[in-house]
Amino acid sequence: MFTNRLVKLIIPVTLLCVLGVSSLIGCTPDHPMSTFDAKGPVAERQLSLFMMILWIATAVFVVVGGGLLYTIIRFRDKGDGFKPEQTHGNTKLEITWTVIPSIMLAIVAVPTVIAQFYISSPPDGEDIRINVDANQWWWEIEYPESGVVTANEIHVPVGKTVGVYLTSPDVLHSFWVPKLAGKMDIVPGKTTYMWFQADEVGNYHGQCAEFCGESHAYMRFRVIVDTEEDFAIWQRNQLANAETPDSDQEKQGATLFITKGCIACHSIKGVPAAAGIIGPDLTHIGSRGTLAAGIMDMTEQNLSDWLEDPNKSKPGNIMSKQGIAYTNEAMALTSGDISNLVAYLQALK
Amino acid sequence: MASIAAAFSRPKYPVGIWNWATTIDHKKIGALYGITAFIFFLVGGLEALIMRAQLARPEHAMVTPEVFSQLFTMHALTMIFLGVMPLSAAFFNLIVPLMIGARDVAFPRLNAFSYWVYLFGAILLQSGWLLGGSPNSGWFAYAPLTANSFSPGNGMEFYAVGLGVLGVSSVAAAFNFIVTIINMRAPGMTLMRMPVFIWMTLITSFLLVTAFPVITVGLVELYLDRTFDFNFFNTQAGADPILWQHLFWVFGHPEVYILILPAMGIVSEVLPTFSKKPLFGYPVVVLSGITIGFMGWAVWSHHMFTVGMGPVTNSVFALTTMFIAVPTGVKIFNWIATMWGGSISMTTSMLFSIGFIFMFIIGGLSGVMHSIAPSDAQQQDTYFIVAHLHYVLFGGSILAVFSGIYYWFPKATGKLLNESIGKIHFWLTMVGFNIAFFPMHFLGMDGMPRRQATYAADMGWDLWNMVSTIGAFMIALSTLVFMHNFFRSLKKGEPSGSDPWDGRTLEWAIPSPPPEYNFVTMPTVTARDHFWEEKQLNINTPSDALEEEDGHGIHMPSPSYIPLVTALGLAVFGYGLIYSFPMAGIGAFVTVVGIYAWAMEPATAPED
Repeated sequence: MFTNRLVKLIIPVTLLCVLGVSSLIGCTPDHPMSTFDAKGPVAERQLSLFMMILWIATAVFVVVGGGLLYTIIRFRDKGDGFKPEQTHGNTKLEITWTVIPSIMLAIVAVPTVIAQFYISSPPDGEDIRINVDANQWWWEIEYPESGVVTANEIHVPVGKTVGVYLTSPDVLHSFWVPKLAGKMDIVPGKTTYMWFQADEVGNYHGQCAEFCGESHAYMRFRVIVDTEEDFAIWQRNQLANAETPDSDQEKQGATLFITKGCIACHSIKGVPAAAGIIGPDLTHIGSRGTLAAGIMDMTEQNLSDWLEDPNKSKPGNIMSKQGIAYTNEAMALTSGDISNLVAYLQALK
Repeated sequence: MASIAAAFSRPKYPVGIWNWATTIDHKKIGALYGITAFIFFLVGGLEALIMRAQLARPEHAMVTPEVFSQLFTMHALTMIFLGVMPLSAAFFNLIVPLMIGARDVAFPRLNAFSYWVYLFGAILLQSGWLLGGSPNSGWFAYAPLTANSFSPGNGMEFYAVGLGVLGVSSVAAAFNFIVTIINMRAPGMTLMRMPVFIWMTLITSFLLVTAFPVITVGLVELYLDRTFDFNFFNTQAGADPILWQHLFWVFGHPEVYILILPAMGIVSEVLPTFSKKPLFGYPVVVLSGITIGFMGWAVWSHHMFTVGMGPVTNSVFALTTMFIAVPTGVKIFNWIATMWGGSISMTTSMLFSIGFIFMFIIGGLSGVMHSIAPSDAQQQDTYFIVAHLHYVLFGGSILAVFSGIYYWFPKATGKLLNESIGKIHFWLTMVGFNIAFFPMHFLGMDGMPRRQATYAADMGWDLWNMVSTIGAFMIALSTLVFMHNFFRSLKKGEPSGSDPWDGRTLEWAIPSPPPEYNFVTMPTVTARDHFWEEKQLNINTPSDALEEEDGHGIHMPSPSYIPLVTALGLAVFGYGLIYSFPMAGIGAFVTVVGIYAWAMEPATAPED
């Protein structure tokens, strides 16, 4: 009778736990930032460790939680005036439940330490090096071996070990692409290091994970994993100078880029006047898929909205605070200026 | 001498606001702590509700990112420093002297001072909302985001000065309880006969006096950086911002145990009472508490696993963190074993304690998950951590606080809280809490970072965020139910008598509410659960004897204006540090004069 009731209670609870755990695992791999969809050895190692500890924790919860449930049901006050025996302890029992968790943790500790060393540096060295300079609220990406400088979109060849050297000129940030590797903080005044390798061609979402001020939520980026051929093509294109403007509209945009003060912060290779280093390099901005550190797709409409009021999409950003087109009314961009600039920038493939 | 005595004419207000303002009775101060902390608990809850409403939908623009930053910063500061810690202090004040058989704490005026400094510090910290912006760099306030160039305005000054002032309150209170517990126990109450709640208070107090100096160093450095252009955290001048993280977490991790150990103490009193059995393995539970307290100093860098400290450091802190699971697990096993073989009455207080164990198992297990440093790199700074910390702080501390309120409300007021409403409160809290926070595990593993004001629609985070928001509002509803119960029971609750739960410890031996002097005759303690043992032997409980006495001839320390005035000086000093140095000078002067006056003032007015 009593056991029946208990079984009735414990079975649903156990089912609920298993259901919870499997929904946790099962429902999300298609999401852009899911950690359950590891696409490289670092993320895979982290995921397999997590799954190990998740199942251990679930088992412990079922056993201890079940024990607790059993206890409160079996020993509830039945109104029969039962006077419990005043026991004070049991040394053997207490030693047992000190030793068992200790052993379990000691077992867990071994793969933990091994994995910690594994994710800290690539076992066979790195194939390609990337310097990432994290700014409030965008990413400068530099390939020191080839000399490519770009922003917010990191292209890497599939199956290659990538070493990421992280710096920041302002505040703390954290570099995180969940499907490729766990995060690494970025500390001004230091260079921190992480590595990853992508085993599948694709477009992976990344985001700053350390609170870095007002627009922290808008500091995103992409890692684009190419085949080796595509990567070589991309790299060649990035090393080339910017396209010269074709149409009238583009030409007017190119002039505006200089006269409206954009050049104070932005570089465009091949345009000697445009050598600013405060903002992202725009030499090939038209070839990027996203805009303003991964917060919107690179479309005519989005680019035009961005130029109209950058503060709306990314509150507190330096362009709206210091760009002369936004701080000096006489220099403000007209809607005609904006469409010319958009045409020019989109042509910078 | 007459002139000195005249200079210190003592307040004599039998009732009213001045009675409360000048009281040095630990029970009244406890009530002040409790009420004030609960009000700030509501403020912190409101901040949370605004955040949850903002995050209910993607790309929602209910509040600006700047306000959102202030909200999550202030939510944490409010809940930790103005809510949970002072709620624990309320229990220390109300219960510790009663449990150890003392007439008051060791330093009653210092006790009043602690409360007033807490109140003024809390007002100072919150006043940023009205004075041009609250702190906005997170409660952890990582350098160099806290520098003037990145956080202009006075927000971070409110943080540095506010926490500094609150630290004075905490350290003063902690010393008071250390001395009280060490020196003022009833005869026969050896250390190993002390109730576990007293042990946990003692350990918490030691953590407070050792942890707060560390954060104070950081706060002073931050203040100097911002106000006088020092370079402690100025990376442009070559500073290492990681220094702040170490200072913060060397304080911050013991702080976590400052928040949870009192909760463990409460549960360790409630479970035996309602199981009608002594605590199982008392020495081990005490030793586990001490071990947790010590180990709290050896794990701080697990908050920094992704800072790039290197694999050796990460491994060491992973192992020390795992080790903490052992004494914590031992406590849970001992609590379950306490109930095993007992006769469990499911009062609301007991339900909250059992709920605490369940939720704490979940929070503890996710804590062990985080100790796996390499895989923690995926969870760090995501909603998985938000879930974990709320399972230990809400599912842990807050549930235990409610358990303690249902348990000791009759002692403080002489009336029972309504059990039927209490059960509605409990179930609503449990269901709301789990709906609000369990989905955050999914969100975290699904890659949602913390502290972002909004998120894109195509990330797959909409559903669980909406669910979580619904849960948050259920918690708010459950809190309203509790408040209804509280005020209703205060007015027309059933009389409780002195010992409604068949209690085991000394506080149940005296009337409810206790007289000002607590005990007419000091009890002589002969066993761990002294009062229970006495009842088993049918010895006349002291409370019977008490009713007939009027306590005449028991000298209690007299009320005093000085703690309030001294604390006020400190508050003026605090505002002065932010706004004007002459004002700070006046505040400092009042504080120093107050301390001297305090030293000269006799503990008891001579005319009494």
